[in-house]
Amino acid sequence: MKLLTWTHRLWNWLTYLLGGLQKGKPKTVHGSDLKTGRHKMSLIRLQKISRRYQMGAETVHALREVSLDIHRGEYVAIMGPSGSGKSTLMNLVGCLDSPTGGTYELNGHFVSEMNDNQLAEIRNKEIGFIFQTFNLLPRSDALRNVELPLVYAGISKHDRRERAMQALTNVGLADRVHHKPNEMSGGQRQRVAVARALVNRPSILLADEPTGNLDSKTGTEILALFQQLADTGNTIIVVTHEEEVALHARRIIRIRDGLIASDEVVKK
Amino acid sequence: MNFFTELIEGLAISWSAIRANKLRSVLTTLGIVIGIVTVTLMGTAIQGVNNSFMGSISSIGADVLYIDRYGWFLNSRDAWLKAARNPNVSFADLDALQSQMTLAQAIAPTASDYDTIKYGKRTTTSAPILGTTEDYQFTSGIIMAEGHFLTSAECDGGRPVCVLGANLATNLFQNVTPIGEKVIVDKYEFEVVGVMDKQGGFSEQGGADSQIIVPLRQFIRRIWSNPPLTIQVKAASLDQLPDAKEELRSILRRTRHIAPGDSDNFAINQQDQFLEMFHRVAGTIAGIGIFITGLSLFVGGIGIMNIMFVSVAERTREIGVRKAIGAKNRTILLQFIIEAACICVIGGIIALLIAWPATLLLKKAMPAEMSPLVVLGALVAAAVTGILSGFFPAWRAARMNPVDALRNE
Repeated sequence: MKLLTWTHRLWNWLTYLLGGLQKGKPKTVHGSDLKTGRHKMSLIRLQKISRRYQMGAETVHALREVSLDIHRGEYVAIMGPSGSGKSTLMNLVGCLDSPTGGTYELNGHFVSEMNDNQLAEIRNKEIGFIFQTFNLLPRSDALRNVELPLVYAGISKHDRRERAMQALTNVGLADRVHHKPNEMSGGQRQRVAVARALVNRPSILLADEPTGNLDSKTGTEILALFQQLADTGNTIIVVTHEEEVALHARRIIRIRDGLIASDEVVKK
Repeated sequence: MNFFTELIEGLAISWSAIRANKLRSVLTTLGIVIGIVTVTLMGTAIQGVNNSFMGSISSIGADVLYIDRYGWFLNSRDAWLKAARNPNVSFADLDALQSQMTLAQAIAPTASDYDTIKYGKRTTTSAPILGTTEDYQFTSGIIMAEGHFLTSAECDGGRPVCVLGANLATNLFQNVTPIGEKVIVDKYEFEVVGVMDKQGGFSEQGGADSQIIVPLRQFIRRIWSNPPLTIQVKAASLDQLPDAKEELRSILRRTRHIAPGDSDNFAINQQDQFLEMFHRVAGTIAGIGIFITGLSLFVGGIGIMNIMFVSVAERTREIGVRKAIGAKNRTILLQFIIEAACICVIGGIIALLIAWPATLLLKKAMPAEMSPLVVLGALVAAAVTGILSGFFPAWRAARMNPVDALRNE
């Protein structure tokens, strides 16, 4: 028993070292204030967000004090040429990276103050990622891939199986649950990725060039799926450089040189 | 997610990763298998030698107490002078011990002298002569080559019979079977009833193979009428040796009327010095052996570490994806440590399956014994090797920045 206790203590210490370190003094915010604050309509609120990279002696300003609000249920496209800072913005919004300045509030959580472990939890619960290259685990079948976020959320085996099945059914892949990624077409793989992104009921769906690796027909199908998801109240952010893809969204934000160049509603 | 579920998930993920790279896993495991096999075999050999030594120790006399006038290890002049004032060990002492000892298996009085022994024209000068009783066979663990040892009837009746040491018998008798022949000690005839097996140079008398043993009563009548005795007391078991020693001491003190507080006027000798020496030598050999074989396990561990670094580098993107969908750093750490530990424990199990028949083969050449302790030790050693060698690759994986990991091709 003593050994077990010590193992556990060592484990906690390692966890602490591995990203449990606080980034600074956390803001003392009460949960009730967060949920009922003055900007309760904003799901995402970026305030003067900057991100600098140190490249040797040179400092690269990928984002320069960007402020942005995105509300629940919006379907937003972020556009910009390569090097504009749109990937950096996506990484920050997706909680994969932390800003070097400014504050980021996501669904009431002050993300910019969080350590690695808290960020992992936020990514797990609040964000569903869809990647250009699908990024499915090659050795696992569709069901296992979709289950994975639930595994990390600590949900019981029975529940997660059920929810993963439901998510795959929702994207029209009920008959492909035991296929591995290399046994499926690109469109099917991206549907698995969408199911995986949605399975933990996140606040936002974050898609990075979701049609980039698909032919135009399958691409259109995936965009139709996005449209359907947006219509049922999901918040979707698509990062793309294709005008066609962006036009499916209801709001287009253009980034250039680390700043927001334009932010307009799409007229249909 | 708590520690336990993380452990279970880690196991499932590791198992699929190991199966995905079969050849690589087999080759990596091989290093561990070799390491564990050598360590296990060394362990079984060491344990076998220890056990066989402990088994044979009673024949060497480690569970025997020797009551004597002098201690064997008198380390000062004063101690020697004090011992010189001790009375000889007498028959009164022997009687007291024989009637009162409860923790003794056998009690044998011995008296010794040197004399010339003749058979026909052949003579051995100053051969050790030992007068004793039938119990001496038990206290000294004597094995007979021919005939029989002194019987209780021969000893009680004080018959003129004798038992010869192996070397003495071959010196005196050439082309003749000694049993039934008569040898002459001083000027008295003794009939040979038995010849002892060769004991080698390790017996307490030093010259056990060249001695002649006669019944104590004959010894007193013919050779030395009032000899100083040494009484050999074999304890009921090796465990009870300390208790037997205390019992013996109190009996002798009572018999000799030693006042409380006065020191003993006799010496109780035992072969624990010998045991101590064995443990020191055996411990050193075991330590060196385990160290050298442990090196091969170490090399196996380096192999695991190497392959885990490759595995982490190869799966950078997978690590990125896992992190993006909510895996914490420690979850990744655990996953890779478990993978390394799994490879090692599987290696350990294979190694034990190899080492077990190998032990049976080894048994033919030397004493060897595969105990549950060695098995457990091998598995623990394998797991620890895995955890230690998997730690740094796993740490590198856990510390990866998800953005960079996802960008990796």
